Amino acid sequence: MVKVNGDITSFDGKTVTELLAENGYDPKRVAVELNLDILPKSQYDSTVLKDGDSVEVVSFVGGG
Amino acid sequence: MIPTCEDMYGALEARHGRELQKKLSEAKVAVCGLGGLGSNAAVHLARAGVGELMLFDMDKVDITNLHRQQYFTDQLGQPKAAALAETLGRIAPYCKITAHEVKLTEDNMAELLKDCHIVCECFDKADRKAMLVNFVLENFPDKYMIAASGMAGLASANEICTRRITKHFYLCGDGHTDVNEAGTLFASRVAVCAAHQANMVIRIIAGETEP
Repeated sequence: MVKVNGDITSFDGKTVTELLAENGYDPKRVAVELNLDILPKSQYDSTVLKDGDSVEVVSFVGGG
Repeated sequence: MIPTCEDMYGALEARHGRELQKKLSEAKVAVCGLGGLGSNAAVHLARAGVGELMLFDMDKVDITNLHRQQYFTDQLGQPKAAALAETLGRIAPYCKITAHEVKLTEDNMAELLKDCHIVCECFDKADRKAMLVNFVLENFPDKYMIAASGMAGLASANEICTRRITKHFYLCGDGHTDVNEAGTLFASRVAVCAAHQANMVIRIIAGETEP
């Protein structure tokens, strides 16, 4: 099980790029935390999620 | 008449205590984007006695900014960075302020942000926010990033909060209200979010890490 933004999901074995795409996130507007550290954008394609991982996707909205 | 540096510092010490004021005076904070978030956050930080503020914005003061941003009619047309630096100079004449009329990009951020301790992300566009946050957290692991997302519209100000995402990454806002859907921004609600950012900056300087 992989926790994504607090919810238990079955993204085990999928990459962060796949997680973002399947949840409708625009990769240009997000920051991704994996197990309490920021995940560099260059590693979205190569990072495969595994059982026990905890992910938070911060999806920015406009306004300032 | 402008008070002396000693008088200003003494007044800050009397309010904050000697130890905390020393930390505030030694802090260097970058404010990236000087719209509703950045102009308000910078005012709070200057008033609190932060020693150095680095201001970044490529825009000029426009009449459509006056409803929520800390500018005045006699500053219309001026670069925001210079106009805000002037205003902050009237509040805190001994705060070291550098005004940068520049667009922050992945090509210049490493150089322009290298000296600050804490970065406030105060941009208005979502992709620009993400670019700055990712760049700083990936390239400067020792710096703190205080970002903002979700302060448009007129929903309850109680929805706006500060969350800690990673050890050095804090996020202020309601997290979801997009100006492109809400249609507008109000001074009051944006200022609540800016105050959350400034408060977290000051807490970090004081040694507090909880949001």
